[in-house]
Amino acid sequence: MPIELKMPALSPTMEEGTLAKWLVKEGDTVKSGDILAEIETDKATMEYEAIDEGTITSIAVAEGTEGVKVGTVIATLTEEGEDASAATPAPKKEAAKAEEPKAEEPKAEKAEVPAPEGGAPRQMETGARDLVAAVEATSDDPEVPEGTELVKTTVREALRDAMAEEMRADGDVFVMGEEVAQYQGAYKVTQGLLDEFGDKRVIDTPITEYGFAGIGSGAAMGGLKPIIEFMTFNFAMQAIDHIINSAAKTNYMSGGQMRCPIVFRGPNGAAARVGAQHSQNYAPWYAAVPGLIVIAPYSAADAKGLLKAAIRSPDPVVFLENELLYGQSFDVPKLDDYVLPIGKARIAKAGTDVTIVSYSIGVGLALEAAKQLAEEGIDAEVIDLRTIRPLDKATVLKSLKKTNRMVVVEEGWPVCSIASELMAIAMEDGFDDLDAPVKRVTNEDVPMPYAANLEKAALVNVADVVGAAKSVCYKG
Amino acid sequence: MAKAASPRAATPARKAPARKAPAAQAAPTSATVSNRERPADPTRYEASKAEMLEFYRQMLLIRRFEEKAGQLYGLGLIGGFCHLYIGQEAVAVGLQSALEVGKDSVITGYRDHGHMLAYGIDPKVIMAELTGRAAGISKGKGGSMHMFSVEHRFYGGHGIVGAQVSLGTGLAFKHKYAGDGGVAMAYFGDGAANQGQVYESFNMAELWKLPIIFVIENNQYAMGTSVNRASSEDQLYRRGESFRIPGIQVDGMDVLAVRGAAEEAVAWVRAGKGPILLELKTYRYRGHSMSDPAKYRSRDEVQAVRDKSDPIDHLKKELEAVGVTEDELKKLEKDIRTIVAEAADFAEESPEPEAGELYTDVLVGSY
Repeated sequence: MPIELKMPALSPTMEEGTLAKWLVKEGDTVKSGDILAEIETDKATMEYEAIDEGTITSIAVAEGTEGVKVGTVIATLTEEGEDASAATPAPKKEAAKAEEPKAEEPKAEKAEVPAPEGGAPRQMETGARDLVAAVEATSDDPEVPEGTELVKTTVREALRDAMAEEMRADGDVFVMGEEVAQYQGAYKVTQGLLDEFGDKRVIDTPITEYGFAGIGSGAAMGGLKPIIEFMTFNFAMQAIDHIINSAAKTNYMSGGQMRCPIVFRGPNGAAARVGAQHSQNYAPWYAAVPGLIVIAPYSAADAKGLLKAAIRSPDPVVFLENELLYGQSFDVPKLDDYVLPIGKARIAKAGTDVTIVSYSIGVGLALEAAKQLAEEGIDAEVIDLRTIRPLDKATVLKSLKKTNRMVVVEEGWPVCSIASELMAIAMEDGFDDLDAPVKRVTNEDVPMPYAANLEKAALVNVADVVGAAKSVCYKG
Repeated sequence: MAKAASPRAATPARKAPARKAPAAQAAPTSATVSNRERPADPTRYEASKAEMLEFYRQMLLIRRFEEKAGQLYGLGLIGGFCHLYIGQEAVAVGLQSALEVGKDSVITGYRDHGHMLAYGIDPKVIMAELTGRAAGISKGKGGSMHMFSVEHRFYGGHGIVGAQVSLGTGLAFKHKYAGDGGVAMAYFGDGAANQGQVYESFNMAELWKLPIIFVIENNQYAMGTSVNRASSEDQLYRRGESFRIPGIQVDGMDVLAVRGAAEEAVAWVRAGKGPILLELKTYRYRGHSMSDPAKYRSRDEVQAVRDKSDPIDHLKKELEAVGVTEDELKKLEKDIRTIVAEAADFAEESPEPEAGELYTDVLVGSY
């Protein structure tokens, strides 16, 4: 039996990739360790190595093919001594294409994307997929003047564009962090910045978060506008002293004399199957600290508009991104200078029966829940907080006044959370408007487990949001 | 002829041998060090009479200011933590006299009064900050440990042990980024010298050739723990070697030796050769803070240093040797007492911050 070579999953979140280049052709003999192909994921270009020895009998997916699902058979290999002619015939079209000499631009001609064979490809199981599915199922309309052109942009690109635009406009802005320059960003968020701005302004650091968070804070005190990237906010725990004790307190302790205009940014919250130390939401931690601005955008438009605002802010900003959202596309207005106000929530969907408040990836769940609730005759209003500190209480309370019911959705722990803060606000300032106790739908109060089933059980999900909304409407 | 006092951590009361060139004790050459370029061994600064008088004036101002602060603390006018610089005056004065105020950045930890005075910051606004008054340099919202003067390029005043080393490296980053010719000087103690972030900063400072002078003020005790109870390598000037940062040990009780080392360090750093590390061997006469009874050392030990190694007494003798009269020194002393008394009165009489100040300066922007 020939061996089927399948599209590999090359990162925890990879669902599909581009077969960028074949380094072997049909009839070639390969041995273990030979590089067969280059595969582009949304994060990087990876080499695909042979594990078995034998002869390449067919190439099923031509190079340049985009969107090849993980698990798709991309080639077959016959081991020595086997009858190569017995090998599964490759789809002729792609195979023929693969043999054609390629033009300079391999992507110019899009090859047909073959479907994975033998039913669904075997993908890594993760509860994170449900979070992303909810995001994909929703749409998001940025508030812009009528007639503004909208461009589908991933959150990743939007963040990069925001940094690039601000760096073009202000020579004091620079980016510093692990793998931000030559590697083009661990999550490719800083892709291209080194080429445009050079190594004076796009700076690779050693793996020393405490040190470079301090250096960034000191540079900000000295008058520069650093963007400090943490590979993830989990690692910012090493540096939290400078975020809280150095950056957040400078202005107050100096009686307004010394500022610290710095942005600490990077992915926050749960990713896919990375376990307890790499899956946590720090929004409540930073939101507790006076002197900090905390932003956690959902859509690409908000990511761009708010990161630009964060870089311009004279205050220290903790900018919490989400790895699962990086690859998601949203409409971003094509405007020369798209800057959004810090501290303003957004009505992501208007409604009259119940207010669902969330932020970051939780907004996707809230919007999906609202869709399902609509089918049951409940018209939910979804609020995307966008900025966590200062919190836009007015928008939340105004909505509560209208709907008289509230559910808070948070991809994070329930205890001392943004959800608990919102419940306190509803009690203190919106008590008379409440027709039912506020409910929170959050992750389970446990460290994130690794096992797929447990991870899924630990994460916040749409069904629970729907259930909570029905319950506060006394319809559940 | 200066006596080079060199109190050692192990037996600080031991009579320190007099040395002509204090830096010689720290000759950093060894077989393990490659033939990389190294700074020259510093020589004692040859100060003019006017310069010596100025050093004396500054050291005496710090001494009298700190004594007054100690008094005000005792009277309950200063609260919380108050870390006095008495005994260490030669360090800040000797080093900062080689810097340019407003161009070169200085940052230190919580024992910061001396560094501010040595950078020419008005004693009144410092003392008023200690008493928590609106006229204080931080509007009374910082306190003893948190004072800043961006105008002078004095960046604090930081309460977390070691934080100023990374922050100072950031200030050096700024000097290099802006190409403004300035250098940063980051002070820290023998205690902070064991903090991890110090070495993260050493690494990046040398990697990026940042213009920074790292200054370890080794006053022998990290609160109550002596250097050799806390440091596996107690010759702290060697702590930069594995990052290729040259280190020099300096007699921190001799202001001219300190200034001599500063000359060498500033020349090295300004020439773009990257960071340098100075270890200043010094001694604090008072407790770690006002609330420290200092039971970890004997009264004799402290007295011995005061008697043999006091930086102000030493310079006074040298001034007399170059012909400065008793009367001149008395007048200077009187002037300083007046300045300090006025600062204390100002600090006592100034009003407390308005209640509304509670909510100002949390953020710069309005959101």
